[in-house]
This record gives sequence, C-alpha cells and structure tokens, in this order.
Amino acid sequence: MPASVPISWYLILSAILFGLGVAGFIYRRNIITVFMSIELMLNAVNLTFITFSYTLKKVDGHIFSFFVMVVAAAEAAVGLAIILTVFKNRQTLMIDDVSSMKY
Amino acid sequence: MNPLIFLIFAAVAVLCGISLVAQTHPIASALSLIGVMGSLAVLYLQLGGEFIAMAQMIVYAGAIMVLFIFVIMLLNAGAESASRQIPLFTRYLGMLLLAAFLGLISFIIQAMLPKTEGVVFGAFQGGTALAIGRKLFTEYLLPFEVTSVLILIAILGAIVLARREV
Repeated sequence: MPASVPISWYLILSAILFGLGVAGFIYRRNIITVFMSIELMLNAVNLTFITFSYTLKKVDGHIFSFFVMVVAAAEAAVGLAIILTVFKNRQTLMIDDVSSMKY
Repeated sequence: MNPLIFLIFAAVAVLCGISLVAQTHPIASALSLIGVMGSLAVLYLQLGGEFIAMAQMIVYAGAIMVLFIFVIMLLNAGAESASRQIPLFTRYLGMLLLAAFLGLISFIIQAMLPKTEGVVFGAFQGGTALAIGRKLFTEYLLPFEVTSVLILIAILGAIVLARREV
C-alpha cells in the first residue's frame, strides 16, 4: 500500500457519488428523496473542488465549495417551501402524481 | 495510514450513498445522507480543508439536514408505495449498467490523469479560516456580497411560498 493517497482515488470517489446521485434522482419517486439526491450530487462536486485545490496548492477551490454550500442552503429553503405548498395543494409527495404540467 | 483512512471513509460514503438510493423511507435516506456528509468532511480534513470540513458539518449536516428532517416529519412522509412496478430484469440490468458506467469513468480518470504526487495529511496548510477569510474579503468580495442578496431573496421566497392565504 502506498504511503500517500493518489489524487485519482478522490476523483473516482466523487464520480461514484455523483453517479449514485443521478441514479437516485431518476429512480426514486418521493420528491424529498429526489431533493436529497441533488444534495448528494452537490457534495460530490465539492469533493472534486477540494481535491483540485489540494493539487494546485491554491485556496480558490475551497471558496467555490463554500459558495456551493451557500447556494445549497438557499435552494433547500426555497425547495422545501415548494414541497410544502405542493403537499398542501395535492396531498401527495409522489412525483408521478404531480405530472399535470407534462401535457 | 493515509490510504487506510481514505479507504475507510470512502467505503462509508459509498455505502451510505447506495443506502440513500435504495431505502424506501425518506428518514432512512436522510440519515444515509448525513453519513455521506460526515465521511466527506473527514476527507476534506485530510485534503487540508479545515474550514470547509467544519462548514460541511455545521451547515450541511447541521442546518440543511435538520430542515429536511423537519419537513419529513411535518408532512408525515411514509415509505414509497410500489405503485409503479419495475420488472426485476430491468432493475438488475440498470444496476449492472450503472456499475459498468462507473467502472468505465473510474478507468478513464485513472488513465487520463497526469501523475502527480499523492495526498499526505498536513502537506497543504492553506485551508485555514484565516486564509479563506482573507481570500473571501479581498478577491471574492463581490461574489460574497451577491451571495448575501441571494440568501435574502431565498428567505423572502420561502416566506411567500409558506404564507397562509389571506
């Protein structure tokens, strides 16, 4: 086993987590779980930012991931308010039942 | 020691990520997401991001996930009912294709990345709150202020959406 961790391991972990997030976004039908899959994708992107920040020995990647966190917080506040409104009007959380905009 | 810590927490993150997708109950998915975030915070710490690791725990695992769990409990969200039947063959084929896709991506990353020195804990000291604060309030001052406007708009939007009709 090497003494240091190769950079590619972090990027591969990030890709795997992003892929799992995409799979959850497509496969799940509960609107809250779909939202949590988006958060998983944002976390995976953050890991890539921090890894490249380490490789380039610059702090800019940390700033970017800080901004991603802020945007995720704002998105969670508004998104969960939208989910509450949808539930108040439709009494359901399944995205298959809230598809009237499709037609 | 460094690869061991990475492998342990990467395994925890991937298992919690699989659990997030596979669980049918939203509370179980939320707890899995907290597991992913906690193990990613350890990996950020290993990469020298002290401030980001703390922010990850406080903002993500603390604030955002509490908001999620509040909404899950408020809406009394139960397990997903199996109304849309997916054939077993399709499900296993999907899992296989996802695993093959991720393996291909991993191979490409492994093959295309130029060889650089690996990650050793403590080799990068630039991720302290001092360094990030200095950068944030000099070079990234305008995005920082725009962020505060964004949060104000998000607060107003959430209040308008959640307001009772008068």
